[in-house]
Amino acid sequence: MSIALFRIDDRLIHGQVVLGWGQPLDVGFLVLVDDAIAASEWEQELYRMAVPPGVDLYFQTVNDCLGDMDRYRADPRPGILLTADVDTMGALAAAGGVPAVNIGGLHHRSDRVQRLRYVFLSPGEEQALRDIAARGVPVTAQDVPSAHAVPLGEILGDGAAK
Amino acid sequence: MTNSQPRAIVAGHGEFAAGLVSAVEAITGRGHLFLPVAVPDLCAADIEALLRETMRATGARVLFTDLHAGSCTMAARRILRGMPDAVLVSGANLPALLDFAFADAEPGGAGGAARHAAERGRAAIDAVEGTP
Repeated sequence: MSIALFRIDDRLIHGQVVLGWGQPLDVGFLVLVDDAIAASEWEQELYRMAVPPGVDLYFQTVNDCLGDMDRYRADPRPGILLTADVDTMGALAAAGGVPAVNIGGLHHRSDRVQRLRYVFLSPGEEQALRDIAARGVPVTAQDVPSAHAVPLGEILGDGAAK
Repeated sequence: MTNSQPRAIVAGHGEFAAGLVSAVEAITGRGHLFLPVAVPDLCAADIEALLRETMRATGARVLFTDLHAGSCTMAARRILRGMPDAVLVSGANLPALLDFAFADAEPGGAGGAARHAAERGRAAIDAVEGTP
C-alpha cells in the first residue's frame, strides 16, 4: 500500500497537507478525489499551482479512483489521497482497500457542531463516519503529524464509535 | 478609499498576519496600511468569503499571503479570477510589507507597488554562515 494517508480535509491541498504531512512522508504523489474538481480544468490548475515540484497530482472522480486504486497501491512512492467530504471517503471505504481514515479538517458550517478545534460535523457526517468505522476502518482526527490522533469515539464523545 | 483605510490585506496561518502587521507598525508606524486577517477554523469557502468581503469593505485590491500552497493563497487565487485590478503576493515577508508601506507613489498604483514589494521581499532573503 503506497497511499500512506487517506485524509478528509475540506481545504484539500494546503499547507498542512503539502508541508505538514507531505514532507515527513516524503510523498511523491497526491490523489484528489472530487467529482466536481475532476470536471473543472480551472480548478485543477488552481490546485496544481499549490503542489511542489516533483510531486504528481492526480484528479479523480470517485468511480475513476476505484478503478485506479490498484495502480496507486503499486506505486512505490508514498502518496496521500484527499477528499473534501465524508461521503466521498465513505464511498471509497465501502469498496474496500482503505486501511484507515484521517480527518484532517472539517470546518464550521451552519449544520455542523464543533467536535474538535478543526473538526465540525453534521449529524449525517457523524453517521457516515460511524459507518466507515463499522467496516473495521479506524477513523481518527489528526491535523498534523505531531498532534495526537483522536479516535472517532472520542471525537463523538461516546467512548466508542457505534 | 480614504487615507485611513488599509491599502492591503494580510492573511495567513495562525497569527502570521497580525504579527507581520505589528512588526510594520513597530518599525514604520504604518501598520494601518495593512489589515491583518486570521482564518482559524474556517473552511475554504468561508476563507474566500471573508477575504472577498474584507476587500469589498476596505476597497483594498492587494493581498499578501504567507504560503504558496496555503488556504489563504488558494482563496485569493479564486478571488483574483474576475478581479483584474487585484494583485496577490504569496510568500510575503516583512521586507515585502515594508517596501509596500513606503511605496506611496509607485507607478502603477497599488498593483505596481505590490509587484515591487514582491521583488524586494524575494531579494531580501539570505543565508549567512558563521565564521571561525
